[in-house]
Amino acid sequence: MTVEELRDHAEEELKRQQEKKHRILYCSAAGCVSCGSEQVQNALKSKVKEHALEKECEVIGTGCMGLCGEGPLVKIQSDGTVYKNVNVRSAEQIVESHVMNGKKVSENVCDTTAPFFTSQTKIVLENCGRINAESLDEYIAVEGYEALGKALTEMQPNDVIDEIRKSGLRGRGGAGYPTGLKWDIVRKAQGEQKYIVCNADEGDPGAFMDRSVLEGDPHRVLEGMALAGYAVGASQGYVYCRAEYPLAIERLKLAIKQSEKTGLLGNRILESDFNFRIDIRIGAGAFVCGEETALLQSIEGKRGNPKPRPPYPSEKGLWGMPTVINNVETYANIAPIIRKGSDWFASIGTEKSKGTKVFALAGNIKNTGLIEVPMGIPLRKIIFDIGGGTTEGTEFKAAQTGGPSGGCIPAQHLDLPVDYESLATVGSIMGSGGMIVMDSTSKMVDVAKFFMQFCMDESCGKCIPCRVGTRHIYGLLEKISKKKATQDDMILLEELCMMVKETSLCGLGQSAPNPVLSTLRFFRHEYEQLLQPRERYEGDGGVTEVDFSPHGN
Amino acid sequence: MSTTPLDKSVHPSGDNRFKLLDRAVTKHQGKGDSLIEILHVAQGIFGYLENDLLIYVAHALKLPLSRVYGVATFYHFFNLKPKGEHTFVLCMGTACYVKGAEHIQQALEEHHQCKFGTTTKDNKVSFITARCVGSCGLAPVAVLDDVVVGKLNPETALQKAGEWRTVTTEVLS
Repeated sequence: MTVEELRDHAEEELKRQQEKKHRILYCSAAGCVSCGSEQVQNALKSKVKEHALEKECEVIGTGCMGLCGEGPLVKIQSDGTVYKNVNVRSAEQIVESHVMNGKKVSENVCDTTAPFFTSQTKIVLENCGRINAESLDEYIAVEGYEALGKALTEMQPNDVIDEIRKSGLRGRGGAGYPTGLKWDIVRKAQGEQKYIVCNADEGDPGAFMDRSVLEGDPHRVLEGMALAGYAVGASQGYVYCRAEYPLAIERLKLAIKQSEKTGLLGNRILESDFNFRIDIRIGAGAFVCGEETALLQSIEGKRGNPKPRPPYPSEKGLWGMPTVINNVETYANIAPIIRKGSDWFASIGTEKSKGTKVFALAGNIKNTGLIEVPMGIPLRKIIFDIGGGTTEGTEFKAAQTGGPSGGCIPAQHLDLPVDYESLATVGSIMGSGGMIVMDSTSKMVDVAKFFMQFCMDESCGKCIPCRVGTRHIYGLLEKISKKKATQDDMILLEELCMMVKETSLCGLGQSAPNPVLSTLRFFRHEYEQLLQPRERYEGDGGVTEVDFSPHGN
Repeated sequence: MSTTPLDKSVHPSGDNRFKLLDRAVTKHQGKGDSLIEILHVAQGIFGYLENDLLIYVAHALKLPLSRVYGVATFYHFFNLKPKGEHTFVLCMGTACYVKGAEHIQQALEEHHQCKFGTTTKDNKVSFITARCVGSCGLAPVAVLDDVVVGKLNPETALQKAGEWRTVTTEVLS
């Protein structure tokens, strides 16, 4: 396929779509599948068949439409109506009433003028919920692979890197390292083979952004990776995906197969001299593998133990070769930047954080789901406008970002702009984008304990501060929550947190104390309420109650 | 050593499932770095990874047994013991936790007298906690034999598990 043929193909597909009077889209992402979108799909399809509407109507499974808490969702593309909580009966009504007679099924209509729909800016998710997640043709029709074509025909690898650098894109995995800079280092590094790795090991509990992108628009990620390969001179890419995401893996596999078949991946891409292959590596359930050096070990088929940095993967990565490693969302941003230019991208967001960020809103909030907002948006707007506030009758207490490596943001900081630097000032991090809303029913000591247990279980055991430190911190938290602790334990807790933070080998250990430190900072009174006066302190308990036996399965 | 059987219709071990495993090894050209892939395949075929199977994989990929065992025990996804007839995977992600997954865990543990991470004595149900299954919009969530069930509470969870295993006084005693 040449670039011209690609454009012709896009036009053909668009024409085919326009010939259809109605495109009925149903959400086929994991959230909606688990509340019955398969049955909805069957009902829609059988009704379309029953009334012989196949010529003018098509029923299409798309990626995540966003409002996961109200699924299954169905959308009529011609007029943009969104239906929520659809079941088999309402699905049949949608076909018979809305599609055939133009009368909306009022009880299931979702208010698309609500801030949840109007306050978002979609770049990464622009195709999620809009195109058939399993069709290459539909991706090509929405300017898919056009950026790759543009790069291969009009741009030198250096130009691609310059464009990414000028756009100000920063890594969306959480740390926010400038993507253009990383690519430039890999381009200049010496090595006979270079690698592109996509980190899809989304282990943060409460985060499902990467999964949604992979399920809804897998080709976008592949295109981003191919562009990275062209920019740095790599011919092999790996997607490292969690085993817990079977649907994402299935769709990725299909997408790779489709692209290789049409010459958009593989040898001589778009009839240029550029070769790029992508393979999938499936994780096996280890949170630490989200850390880049551990992830590379895992791709090599070893235990996911992190290595000290430097050398960074950009110099010595996979099999000792220079390696670009970026998150799913970062790659998903690449194609639009190349297509629309760096100036367009840089006009969105704040001075230091450009573009948008996808968040997975969950917890005690009305509109749970997937959202994409411009960087720098106030937290209040995310939670109260887009999210619709906390669930009935409870008061907002804190928003947790960054998962087990992040912190809690209390109500007094609700006007904080959401970008990398501002979140750091209140002791939290951007993280990969999980945002859990907690209301007055959540006890902060228990929340800290929950995250510490997570880190304790997931510590790989290589370095002592993390392996032993997280266990002792957990023990102290347990002691506090059981009302057996005194002020001395609090002092010990804080000392231990600082020690683990400063001396651990990798990001997991260095950030493990964050949830404790951040809850101590804003909710210290909740800890102190549970403390006992020194003189009443009896016996041992606490730390020694923790089971120190090795954690097997 | 060679793992190619002489009589091609039967695997030398007498268990033809090993032929499927051999095929996966060939597909990856017997490379050591495909160990995790091969273990996934092996677990998919045999259900769990018993010691003999790990030895077989080590030979096939020409890796030291310590490396294979090390990898199999490192990752949570690999089971070294057989699972029960049914699996009840309760999500303990943050969203599920905030929405009360802990109460579900307590209710189930109490009712079935079985800690999460183990299998009931009659081998009917394995109770497992998961980190996050990514269906946070439906929290609290459980995966029952690969089917995701959302918006649970202790009562509905007990009822779901009860469909697989009725607790009688006999079982408890």
